Amino acid sequence: MSDCCAPATIEIAPTPRIAGKIQTVVLVGPPNSGKSTLFNRLTGLRQKVANYPGVTVEQHYGKLSGIGRGDLTLIDLPGIYSLNTQSEDARVAVDVLHGKMPGAPSPDAVLLVLDSLHLQRQLMLAAPILSLGLPTLVLLNMSDLMETRGGEVDTLALAQELGVPVAKISASRGTGLDAIRHFLDKRSQPVPVTPRLELPVVGNPRSYRQWATGISTRTKYKAPLSSEWTRKLDSFLLGRVTGPLLFLVVVFGVFQIVFSVGLPISNAFQDLLNGAGRQVGLLLGHGWLESLLIEGVWKGVSSVLVFLPQILLLFLFVGILEDSGYLARAALIADRVMRVIGLNGKAFIPLLSAYACAVPAIMATRTIENKRDRFATILVTPFMTCSARLPIYMLMIAAFIPNKPILGNFFGLQAAVMLSLYALGFLAALATARLLKSSILKASSAPFILELPQYRVPTLRSLGLRLLDRGKVFVQQAGTVILAVTLVLWVLSHVPFHTDLPQSIIGHVGQWIEPVIKPLGFNWKIGIGLLSSVVAREVIVGTLGTLYGADPATQSLSLQAALRHDLTLGGAMALVVFFAFAMQCTSTLAIVKRETNSWKWPALQFAYMTVLAYVAALATNVLVSRFF
Amino acid sequence: MLCSRKRVNLTALSELKIGRSGIVEGLQLPDEIQHHLMHMGFMPEARVRAVRRAPTGDPTVYAIDGMEVALRRETARWISVRESEEESR
Repeated sequence: MSDCCAPATIEIAPTPRIAGKIQTVVLVGPPNSGKSTLFNRLTGLRQKVANYPGVTVEQHYGKLSGIGRGDLTLIDLPGIYSLNTQSEDARVAVDVLHGKMPGAPSPDAVLLVLDSLHLQRQLMLAAPILSLGLPTLVLLNMSDLMETRGGEVDTLALAQELGVPVAKISASRGTGLDAIRHFLDKRSQPVPVTPRLELPVVGNPRSYRQWATGISTRTKYKAPLSSEWTRKLDSFLLGRVTGPLLFLVVVFGVFQIVFSVGLPISNAFQDLLNGAGRQVGLLLGHGWLESLLIEGVWKGVSSVLVFLPQILLLFLFVGILEDSGYLARAALIADRVMRVIGLNGKAFIPLLSAYACAVPAIMATRTIENKRDRFATILVTPFMTCSARLPIYMLMIAAFIPNKPILGNFFGLQAAVMLSLYALGFLAALATARLLKSSILKASSAPFILELPQYRVPTLRSLGLRLLDRGKVFVQQAGTVILAVTLVLWVLSHVPFHTDLPQSIIGHVGQWIEPVIKPLGFNWKIGIGLLSSVVAREVIVGTLGTLYGADPATQSLSLQAALRHDLTLGGAMALVVFFAFAMQCTSTLAIVKRETNSWKWPALQFAYMTVLAYVAALATNVLVSRFF
Repeated sequence: MLCSRKRVNLTALSELKIGRSGIVEGLQLPDEIQHHLMHMGFMPEARVRAVRRAPTGDPTVYAIDGMEVALRRETARWISVRESEEESR
């Protein structure tokens, strides 16, 4: 602690930019400064999301049409505290600001958003941003809240201290945004000579601190009182007894609603999609075109689209929890439990969401800042029993497990088997998380530092935009991959033309892999079912239906009876265990690729889960065949 | 560790009792974490107060710089604070 950091300041004269047209504006600010709300305000619905090349950080950009400057591009940078931390977010921010990020144009102007409720601390980010020498406008966000809570600041004095214009705004109400347009309009004219500025030593938090404290004193900044009811709510929501209780209520409430409300909506949506497919099919008439478009493409794509209602519902809840400030409290409560498996409290919501579907769950891991923790969470998420596993579980259990009561009439053998399949997936997730965190994703140096924001009422506008954003990502990314895979599968199952499934390429593949799956108690039909269900788990039920329906030996039987005719109990149980562990879901693989920005992780995940599924299914077949 | 002359207790932040305040003395953590914490307000001479523990006993919520920040014990134990005598009534 002896390093010199006293009043050493260096003088930086902002580099005079070439006056003239500006095209690209970047939005910078610390986390929780209301940056995203402002971004949504300024760009309206005309925004795009993509990944920066080579990293997992998302790039949000759009046209500044919200303030009548649709000719300018606004780039939203990830929330950062400083420019010199090692985090991926900060590196992206620095690269974009320096114009070194491939694919992102170099910025002509900077909008620096600071939360005026904590201005003194947030000012620390102003020092490195101003030293970049770009034309900058400082926006004091949430100034309405600051003033109602008795805070104040002399913006004129602040503008003089910083040497750049300063404006009070409220992103959530949309007030004060005129200042941004004025600033941008003025920037199109010649830049006046800026006075020399005194900025602290670059990269030294202590000197930033002293600088920020000095400025906030000289500009008569008075911090507002912290909200009284946040504290009161916390003593209840984080109470020793009430806290965990409410946490459970929230958790099960969300889970229950996504299931009970989401499933019927998804089913109705599926009927709608199938109906639309049939109608179009009638127009096309019978033939290979109808088969390709309806049986192949439409069935495959709609099997993914049916998850959209559940995904949107889940994101609505996650959005409400996050925007209101409760998610941070939930992470705090869950941290102790999640730590046991080497993850932190923020991993909890994704893992819970994965009981509905792994795809939105993996998208929800974005709240985990630590990259290694986030990747570990992404990798274990598909083990949680998602709703796509239910059709095959229900089919096999109904066909093979007698419904003997265990605990009275309420809890039978069938329910017990179902519950143990859920438990199996959960245990696999725990074990894998531990394995990952003690090997390739070993605990990194980043600790659990959680800022507890004040409670706020979420706005409809921000929730709506969030849903739109996530929905778009899901449909685009998963949809394109699914489309490609279904096309390939259709071709493989129809070439050579005018043959039945067993004689098609995929039929041959099914028979070819039979020796591999025979030890598990599976026949070639199950093999084809496994192959077809690589697209999506629930597909296997449809495939088995088609295959047994086409076979003269089992044609007259119901699917359950046909399965009993063809499989042993060992093979049947091996099949459900296989499904508990295997990564039979291209949407998940596509989303993992997107979120980790590399094929390495989905490939590893697929290999690991398949091997685990194979070994576990083999063990199940051997054990069940011996003891039952 | 006691600096007996002025009866000032030097303790780890994790040992600070709920409701009590202290002044941050120093951080003995790797540079990057230290940086992060300093930007969150854990700066020498900053006043910090232990607000509440999570229902499970850990992490603990600290009020610093007008914000509330939760830290695990494993992190807070490397931040040393001076517990001033006036506080400990």
